[in-house]
Amino acid sequence: MAHLQSSAVAQITEIVNRHKNEETPLMMILSDIQKEYGYIPLEVQELVSSLTGIPVSEIYGVVTFYSFFSLTPKGKYVIGVCLGTACYVKGSQLVLDKFSELLGIKPGETTSDNLFTLDVLRCVGACAIAPAVSINGKVYPMVEVKNVESIIHGYRTKEEAQND
Amino acid sequence: MIKIKTSEELINKQKECASCLDSKFKGLDGKRAIVVCGGTGCLSADSHTILERMHELIKEHHLEDKVTANIVGCFGFCSQGPFVKIFPEETLYTKVKVDDVTEIFEKDILGGEIVERLLFVDPQTKEKARKQHDINFYKLQKRDIALRGNADINPESIDEALGDGSFLALNKALHMTPQQVIDEVLKSGLRGRGGAGFPTGRKWQFAHDVDSEEKYVVCNGDEGDPGAFMDRSIIEGNPINVIEGMMIEGYAIGAKNGYFYIRAEYPVAVKRLENAIKQCEELGLLGDNILGTDFSFRCHIRLGAGAFVCGEETALLNSIEGQRGMPRPRPPFPAVKGLWGKPSVINNVETLANVPYILLNGADKYAAIGTEKSKGTKVFALGGKVNNVGLVEVPMGVTLRQLIYDIGGGIPNNKKFKAIQTGGPSGGCLTEKDLDTPIDYDNLVAAGSMMGSGGAIVMDEDNCMVDVAKFYMTFICDESCGKCSPCRIGTKRCLEILTKITEGKGTMEDLEELKSLAEVIKSNSLCGLGQTAPNPILSTMASFYDEYLAHIQDKKCPAHVCKNLFQYKIIKEKCVGCGMCARNCPANTIEKTDEIPAGRDPKMPMRIHLIHPENCVKCGLCMNNCRFGAIIKE
Amino acid sequence: MALVNIKIDGQAYQVEAGLTILEAAKKCGFNIPTLCAFNNGKCSRASCRVCLVEVKGARGLVASCVYPVAEGMEITISSPKAINARRASVELILSNHHKNCLQCEKNGHCELLEVSKLVGARDGMYEGSQTPATVDELAPGLIRDTSKCILCGRCIERCKEAQGISILGFENRGFNTIVGPIQNRSFATSPCIQCGQCVNVCPTGALLEHSEIAKVDEAMKQGKYVIVQTAPAVRAAIAEEFGEKIGTPGTGKMVAALHRLGFYRVFDTNFAADLTIMEEAHELLQRIKNNGVLPQITSCSPGWINYLEYYYPDIIPHVSSCKSPHMMMGAIIKSYFAKQHNIDPKDIFVVSIMPCTAKKYERQRKEMPNDVDAVLTTRELAKMIKRSGINWQRLPEEQFDADLLGEYSGAGVIFGVTGGVMEAALRTAYFWLTGKEFGKIDFEACRGQEGIKEATIDVEGTPVKIAICSGMRNAKVLLEQIKSGKSPYAFIEIMGCPGGCINGGGQPYVKPLFLPNEEDNILDTYREKRASVLYSEDVKQVIRQSHNNPDIKKLYADFLGEPGSELAEELLHTSYDAHREKFPDNK
Repeated sequence: MAHLQSSAVAQITEIVNRHKNEETPLMMILSDIQKEYGYIPLEVQELVSSLTGIPVSEIYGVVTFYSFFSLTPKGKYVIGVCLGTACYVKGSQLVLDKFSELLGIKPGETTSDNLFTLDVLRCVGACAIAPAVSINGKVYPMVEVKNVESIIHGYRTKEEAQND
Repeated sequence: MIKIKTSEELINKQKECASCLDSKFKGLDGKRAIVVCGGTGCLSADSHTILERMHELIKEHHLEDKVTANIVGCFGFCSQGPFVKIFPEETLYTKVKVDDVTEIFEKDILGGEIVERLLFVDPQTKEKARKQHDINFYKLQKRDIALRGNADINPESIDEALGDGSFLALNKALHMTPQQVIDEVLKSGLRGRGGAGFPTGRKWQFAHDVDSEEKYVVCNGDEGDPGAFMDRSIIEGNPINVIEGMMIEGYAIGAKNGYFYIRAEYPVAVKRLENAIKQCEELGLLGDNILGTDFSFRCHIRLGAGAFVCGEETALLNSIEGQRGMPRPRPPFPAVKGLWGKPSVINNVETLANVPYILLNGADKYAAIGTEKSKGTKVFALGGKVNNVGLVEVPMGVTLRQLIYDIGGGIPNNKKFKAIQTGGPSGGCLTEKDLDTPIDYDNLVAAGSMMGSGGAIVMDEDNCMVDVAKFYMTFICDESCGKCSPCRIGTKRCLEILTKITEGKGTMEDLEELKSLAEVIKSNSLCGLGQTAPNPILSTMASFYDEYLAHIQDKKCPAHVCKNLFQYKIIKEKCVGCGMCARNCPANTIEKTDEIPAGRDPKMPMRIHLIHPENCVKCGLCMNNCRFGAIIKE
Repeated sequence: MALVNIKIDGQAYQVEAGLTILEAAKKCGFNIPTLCAFNNGKCSRASCRVCLVEVKGARGLVASCVYPVAEGMEITISSPKAINARRASVELILSNHHKNCLQCEKNGHCELLEVSKLVGARDGMYEGSQTPATVDELAPGLIRDTSKCILCGRCIERCKEAQGISILGFENRGFNTIVGPIQNRSFATSPCIQCGQCVNVCPTGALLEHSEIAKVDEAMKQGKYVIVQTAPAVRAAIAEEFGEKIGTPGTGKMVAALHRLGFYRVFDTNFAADLTIMEEAHELLQRIKNNGVLPQITSCSPGWINYLEYYYPDIIPHVSSCKSPHMMMGAIIKSYFAKQHNIDPKDIFVVSIMPCTAKKYERQRKEMPNDVDAVLTTRELAKMIKRSGINWQRLPEEQFDADLLGEYSGAGVIFGVTGGVMEAALRTAYFWLTGKEFGKIDFEACRGQEGIKEATIDVEGTPVKIAICSGMRNAKVLLEQIKSGKSPYAFIEIMGCPGGCINGGGQPYVKPLFLPNEEDNILDTYREKRASVLYSEDVKQVIRQSHNNPDIKKLYADFLGEPGSELAEELLHTSYDAHREKFPDNK
């Protein structure tokens, strides 16, 4: 098992200590780690286990229960297509299918260049602007199948510009 | 910051803040105020940039003393956003773009002239509405209880909340005994806004009556119902109102700590709530000996992490306790043994947002609103196939017809109304025959649905109800916690059968099995999620049995949604032979025949086209690209 | 206890307040089927939804395993609604279950199969796709097959409550939920101690011991000298497999059966238990004399040794270097016995019948790869007896073979009970120190620590503190004391399973569902009943101290020399791995 860098150990210890005055803070700790690193690998779960005394199996059980937590790193851009009812009745499934087709990945997967992760969202509370697509927190309103290509293209171009 | 230590200090501070707010909204000393909508829809349409731009312009013109600009919660009329409202005239600009800001600023703020082109135009009368209450969408609404302050005050400023009257209800409550507070809530007839509508006062009474050193109040903000965003807007628009409701509850049942459980998907709500709690603590309105009384109270925030089942109250408690969100068997009920084994009351965000109004204005005034058994107002997230999509607060008792047609402005594109789904995955579909039913808890249940948290999704003739049932089953299957076997396995089986039916492989036996499964899941499941999981199936089967039959017996999807059960077809008479369809067909399954389109010169290359259904992937590109309306689904 | 009046199916009863409906119904003569509840009907999950009944006034059906009785409650078990509901829950579970019952190792003990029969489950209901399955056969001790798992959660609770290890947990959500070590790993690549407590509570074939019957068959076929030894705890429980009541001694019939199964010699591991005492008592005295590392901790439970290596490698110097008795036995058979009989050790195949699944791991340890060739659990032995057509009831009582390794003392017998090793070792150590025979230990519960017992022995004026515990949850307390340098003890006995070997992971299943003739609270009493078999055998032995066993004396005189001699060290002692990785990367 790969070992964590000392800076990561320090930071995770800090996160755990941040919540030490709260009762049963596991969810808070995991949320913070997820936000900080984008995923919660096993080594980190082991560390949290040893810092909190909670068995690794319980931490792993929690991580795999909640869809917000991820065991693997996500892409640089996380595309969330809302499949809430309001979005669904307005065709968001077709939008999701289009993203899936153009990126060549299924929902939950990440492209091999680690640029995009495609996720299904269950209502982001943006029903008024359905179908909604959220990319790294930015919400795109009323996305139609025909917009999908240009949205992806926009990020690809931005990425190329940064690399040049 | 100076702490508010007594009732008198609160009342003085309140007066001071109220006059500030007054001057802001009433334009005393020639002041102007700009508020910009901060709802999700408007933010996604750059309302934050609009606000930034306004700030820049104020600075450029050195008007910092005269003009203020801030974000507010949500105007609710999301399909018309972003909104910019100018005080004291209360001019409401709709669909504002970043490019419009300079014009608004120069014409209105500097010139005192209204930018006519940005006013709302009534689609029927074509008349322009200058103020919010001139718009039909708002006319039937009563947005001053749960959505109080939502489109006026700055949700990040406790002074504005105080100016709006926050904490006066708490102050009043602290002068009553806890039992008197509970009696007042009982008398108001307030029922839980999260689902089944259990009387809030009775819930409080249970917890009040249990003898325990430590008790907890928990606010359920895990709004997971796909198609609902009431709680989000309430917290984002006026977090302090919810905190005050929670404190009153804490006082009533004897709790010292309150926990907000909020979806992690709502970062803005979390941020505003954190900020509001901090401001309350700084003023001494949260902490020890609040307003000089023996009442001490603290608020804590816990985040959900993407599990719908955590809206179920015992699953929510497990989640706060750092466990998988799997519901607990009951009894023991949370009011007896809840969070960390202590008596706990779990109330939904909207429920708590109602509480300050009740205490401040009295139970009688509150109970005067609504129907016999459902009092007050209800916030709905009106969405789907309706013109005026948005967040509405209406008195209980308005009819579905009023909701869809008067407030919602009817169905777009002259399509035919088919159903309105309320109550989310636990609810059901209501149809034409139910439209004149006054909305309240009991009527919706009697009609085969439920209030739920307040999602109201309108469906039109283009929506396939079997597909809708499948959609909800997919959701429930994904979100089933997996603890009890009827829900874990039963919902999966339902989904498999529905999938079979939508693929045209269903049999009448499948339909029987589906019905029997639905009954088993309903009667055998552990928690409310499981027990209500089959509702979308049962309700669509009850109202749209013919659609199920069409899928099974005729192998047709009447709404042309289920891909295996309809075909694209070119109407010969309308085809001009342009070939756009064939050029756009990704499956290369459109053939150019030898037939010459009617009235065309045979020397020209145009020929009638034909779709070979065998290879068609049903992408619909041919139909979208045909400019002559020659392609139909059947 | 206050009583309440209830009605079940129209009949009036008085039952204790505070009982669940399931418990109350059982007392009134109704068996409500259930799959997730264990512990006599106390359940924290109510997740299988099989035990549903109707209660007048309650909303919908209620799960009887969690619903408490109340004054005036009217319960209906036999209504069509309740009957259909229970049947449907079982049918749904069956629809996601790998139903190869005929080949399933759990056949005969499967609660799901029995409950299906009881509720009248119909064939082929609700069939559909199944949760993706994993079969883990990598670990020497245990097998996990998720296609059989019904997610009752008993194993998770047992691993956590009894052992405090929590190897098993729920993973994923909804239809994809499984039970397993994290990442759905193998037990072999997780810090699982392979104690098998999870197997004992599993209602289906999802958790099983890793059978080695085929290995024994192969050795027999090859014509090897297949020598069998049986651990003390086996005789205390084997009769249960043949319908006898719990607590029936099975020694004589078991030996008779082993003779009929064609083993070359049938030995009692008790002989080696005496040998272990000689070595371990010697080691203890050496440590005391030479200011060595104290407390000394026993080493005969391989589950405990696994725990030690994974979780407390720092404690290794405290642990006796003695091999466990059956491993010593194997080593002696393949050296001393082989030499005396002029048999090439390569032609000897040693089979250990153990109450334990961790012993299967232990025999494959790299430190002692050749001592024992196969380990069978008590349950596996019963299978071998049954398939050979032996009628247990008609078996005569026979004696273990008296061939060099035949004698054993009462001290060896009580090895199978928690506290037994301590008592046996003290009998010898005390004698060596004082020249007098030791009386009886007066254990008392260690204050504030249930499950840990301590005693102070007066050794000619010097008080010596000792402690015993079983189950890793209890051991953790004592180990933490040692770690912080605050352990007051000189000698500690640790057994891997709660109650010691009589409750080992390889013992016959104690499933109330299959035990209609046992008392209602059998899950609370079976350990005592089994232990009493061993204690009464101890009392019956003429020789009760290991150092007085004549065959042991002869073994030292003719072969080993003194306890702790070079040869004894080589054959009877081992070492432990201080660097055992919890999650080696191969998944």
